[in-house]
Amino acid sequence: MNSATMFGYCGAMLVGLGLFGLVTNPEILRKILAFNVLGSGVFLLFGVIARRGAAAGLGADPVPQALVITGIVVAFSATAMAVALLVRFNKETGEITMSSDAPSDSGRSEERR
Amino acid sequence: MTYDVLFDLGLAGVLIAIAAGAIFARGSFVSLVLFMVYGLLLAIVWVRLSAVDVALTETAIGGGVTGMLLLGAASRLRATKGSAVKAGFPARLAAGALCILVSIALGIVVYALPEVPPTLAPIAKENLASSGLGNPVAGVLFVYRALDTLLEKVVLLLALAGVWSLAQDQAWGGMPGLRVYAKPNSILVFLAQVLPPVGITVGIYMFWAGANRPGGAFQGGTVLAAMWLLVMMARLREVPAIDTLWVRQLLVVGPAIFLLIGLLGFVFADSFLAYPPDHAKPLIVIAEAALTLSIGVTLALLVAGPPERMRQ
Repeated sequence: MNSATMFGYCGAMLVGLGLFGLVTNPEILRKILAFNVLGSGVFLLFGVIARRGAAAGLGADPVPQALVITGIVVAFSATAMAVALLVRFNKETGEITMSSDAPSDSGRSEERR
Repeated sequence: MTYDVLFDLGLAGVLIAIAAGAIFARGSFVSLVLFMVYGLLLAIVWVRLSAVDVALTETAIGGGVTGMLLLGAASRLRATKGSAVKAGFPARLAAGALCILVSIALGIVVYALPEVPPTLAPIAKENLASSGLGNPVAGVLFVYRALDTLLEKVVLLLALAGVWSLAQDQAWGGMPGLRVYAKPNSILVFLAQVLPPVGITVGIYMFWAGANRPGGAFQGGTVLAAMWLLVMMARLREVPAIDTLWVRQLLVVGPAIFLLIGLLGFVFADSFLAYPPDHAKPLIVIAEAALTLSIGVTLALLVAGPPERMRQ
């Protein structure tokens, strides 16, 4: 097993970890964080494919690398948008979680949006 | 050789541990700090994968700006009611099983990658000379996949429009609610006076060197954004109101010039976003320079958040 493949398994585990945090943690901020961990795991898989495609004197295939850079930027844009939504949601409702036990409150704020 | 493998194994182990810490930590603050450490470690992994351009982006965004954005949000959130109701044990167990399955499936995909990996590296390398650039990643970003890069900048602007649209009506056109810590003689003020000259030079160098070496408009722009945020947080400069003309102009100048160069491609080259063969490099550098500025301003304003108070 070479390093690139090993980082591939690492990326696969990060995706699982991020997904777990996204599903189980009720705090929205922590969900956003977990989503970023999930995304970075996916990017890492891209990186492994780029590294395996090393050829023509280049250390890694530049095309997946460029895709990952674009991906990181778009992920950041989405994170900024999500954080702004969360701050406004918190201001409106005083909650920081998305708990299914309080449907009346969160339901109302969803409608208002 | 074996030392390399040992280093990589250790790095991957620490990375997973830090990520798990960020996911499972009880306190939000601990979790966010671990997440920033995670971003920096991930950058080292990217260097190990010979992707230095991505490493720079990951450091700037994953370790830096995203962490700052999340920390800023954490300091603004006020839980006035409702406590975190954790998912029950059976639900967590099911979620855990699902996530392990997803990881295993992806692991099998990694294991089953083709023996002879498909690669576009030779084609990218062959055609690099005609663009006049020396950095293959910059070549892909600005020549072969220029449309992606253009749209990525548009996504940044759209995200900013989305963030701004969350302002309350009376605050529209006002100043973003960036937290400022204006204590005279504090370390922050000192750093905000000492660092920007160095940081701005580094940012411009990263964009300039990006044509031939790892770096580029995005990485350089992020450094510029960090410097501007530092100055604003130390209150050496006020956060500008979002309807200020120069702010709006700086936001659109990069994508506008890139789009214009793209449209000129119809006239002077074969198609949209094609560059005339002899002038490819100067055109790309002009577009990158404008993009660096726009990216810096856009990122800083994304972190600053929606407008919250009217101009005094």
